[in-house]
Amino acid sequence: MKTKRFKKSDVVAFLINAELILTSILVIVPVIWIVSSSFNNGTSLITSGFLPKSFTLDNYRRLFHETSYIVWFCNTFEIAILNMIVSVSLIMISAWTVSRFYFKWKKAGMLTMLVLSMFPTFLSMTAMYTLFVTLGLIGKPIALVMIYTGGAIPYNVWLVKGYLDGISKELDEAAYVDGCSRIKSFFLIVLPLSKPIIVYCAVSQFMMPWMDYILPNLLLSGDDNKTVAVGLYSLIHGHENLYFTTFAAGAVIVAIPITVIYLLFQKFLVQGISAGANKG
Amino acid sequence: MEDEEYIVGEPIYYEVLSAFMSIFIWGSGQFFLCKQRLKGILLFAIQLIIIAIEIFTGYWPEYFAGQIEHFNFRLYGGYFTHGIWGLVTLGQYKGAGNDHSTVLMLNGIICCIVIFFILVFYICNIVDAFNQARIYRRTKKKTSSKEYAKQLYREIFPYIFLTPALLMVIFIVIMPIIFSVLTAFTNYNRNHMPPGNLVDWVGIENFKNLLHSPIWSSTFFGVFKWTIIWAVVATTTTYFLGMFQAILLNHPSVRFKSLYRGIMILPWAIPQMISLMVFKNLLNGQFGPVSALLVKIGVTKERVMFLSDPALAKFTIIMVNLWLGFPIFMIMIQGVLSNINNELYEAAAIDGATSWQKFYKITFPLVFRATSPLVVMTFASNFNGFGSVFFLTEGGPANPDYNFAGSTDILISWIYQLTLEHKMYNMAAVMCIMLFILIGGISLWNFKRTSAFKEV
Repeated sequence: MKTKRFKKSDVVAFLINAELILTSILVIVPVIWIVSSSFNNGTSLITSGFLPKSFTLDNYRRLFHETSYIVWFCNTFEIAILNMIVSVSLIMISAWTVSRFYFKWKKAGMLTMLVLSMFPTFLSMTAMYTLFVTLGLIGKPIALVMIYTGGAIPYNVWLVKGYLDGISKELDEAAYVDGCSRIKSFFLIVLPLSKPIIVYCAVSQFMMPWMDYILPNLLLSGDDNKTVAVGLYSLIHGHENLYFTTFAAGAVIVAIPITVIYLLFQKFLVQGISAGANKG
Repeated sequence: MEDEEYIVGEPIYYEVLSAFMSIFIWGSGQFFLCKQRLKGILLFAIQLIIIAIEIFTGYWPEYFAGQIEHFNFRLYGGYFTHGIWGLVTLGQYKGAGNDHSTVLMLNGIICCIVIFFILVFYICNIVDAFNQARIYRRTKKKTSSKEYAKQLYREIFPYIFLTPALLMVIFIVIMPIIFSVLTAFTNYNRNHMPPGNLVDWVGIENFKNLLHSPIWSSTFFGVFKWTIIWAVVATTTTYFLGMFQAILLNHPSVRFKSLYRGIMILPWAIPQMISLMVFKNLLNGQFGPVSALLVKIGVTKERVMFLSDPALAKFTIIMVNLWLGFPIFMIMIQGVLSNINNELYEAAAIDGATSWQKFYKITFPLVFRATSPLVVMTFASNFNGFGSVFFLTEGGPANPDYNFAGSTDILISWIYQLTLEHKMYNMAAVMCIMLFILIGGISLWNFKRTSAFKEV
């Protein structure tokens, strides 16, 4: 009797571990494949099997010398940094105002924001395009920064407002009594206490241009204005046998830092996502 | 504040007169009746500036001097009248150098937004004239402009901080949405491309087309059906696989927990677009290694066209999405599991519950309650799951029964194709409205259930 039961739990343990190993393999195979492709000899997809036949750094050399990868990377980095700074400051200030002060039309305004946050920015791309043509900003990175910032405000203001509501208002009031101005209380009390949500906003805003294809493709023309996403896509679109391994190298280079950032800030990002689902 | 309250039977001629004066000359009520000199002058100055903008951006002086014989807003209107003219007519003369319909529409919308804010300000001016007159009549003391400025600063303090964000939202989010909605009522498409051609208002023609023209309606309902199936299946598969993995990882017999977790979290951490482009190549039917491997080990005789067979492509998209989407649910549910009180399970064990009963009665309800908002959010965002479709198949393979759409196109990727490839802006805008109603409905319903709605 006793041995039989041991057997059953052994079988369960075996099955569970087997499943985990299998899933892990399925998860990691594409990753290993793209990394090994980037070190593979030859340029084409057809010769890029699961196991590299030989090891070479040629693809990385080609990536840097024959494509404008460095320019794309710098463009994206520039947009990412600008976007991060501008949107985080706007989001924090607005969310603080909404959380701490009463004003007319607050409820109506917040509900409008909520409805707006459901509308993906790129759906109105015709209007965007016309707008930026009129403003003469087509092909300038600032256009993208503006779109990303504007698009991020409705959702993130809701999110951060929820977080700030959780910070006790008594702290602010105590500071007012001590003669602290409202703006000062924002910088000295509220900001330091909202580090997790700031990290979430900063990382997600920083990631925006690395992941986005549609808007940069629409608004930035010319090889020298491309972002990494658009550039990489142009490498494999239609000629996967000419540039595939070069694409692999480019993909690996951009994926590594981003993956590391995600893993490092995992805790904050997960918190942010679940707070977003619960909207505070 | 008490001063502003109305007492029954009290005569209010003074207030009405003050408000009445400010209707015509801004600030006059404040200036003459409430003795707020500086404020009155400032308000009047603003009115003058607005009028001056209209007069001097147009050709009004020449018109009043009788130099213009045939006056029209197209050539001689000022900022406001020209803007409204553009929005109403969308241009009258076609050809380069003449009227550009979409630019006129855009400027018209911006002009209307500006007018809206001027109106709000104007109404505030009248209401203020009324209120200040009441205060003055009761106290006979004038509130100095300086005192008033202090009080005003306290009141509008929040607005000052909101202005930059508000401007961004108005120009980047709201204005383009208005533009899209309006486009749905025009004939803006590849046959009517400005500046070569003019765009016209066509009323609800496009919506009629969508429902009555067989090719459009069959495409729309086909794509719509697949969008719903996609969103439902994509959400449920990722959710349950994520839950399954989380529960397995939680099992006491598992060693190297963090190793497994570290590997399985990768699809979430790697930029999604990169993963999708990698899968597009990995699953490439002609050249990709997966179909090559299948042929080599003898599973299939010919290469499998994962992404170019309509049914198989749909299946592939869902599987790839599963790879991408399960880790976040796994992480979330792991968090929930670690918070479940162990005593619940111990009590259940004493009552003789099987492990299935434990899962069904304890684990699942708790996990589901904690994660259901995230499920709904994922569901709504899967409607917008542009990446999975576009980067894997670009909506293809081509479907002969559809108008401008491929077999795997969901609404959002179809809108993208309609806009960029086929330049059917009007129909794309109609689809946008449909999609918006759909997503907005789901999210509002979800949001209404959560507490945040009540405590705005």
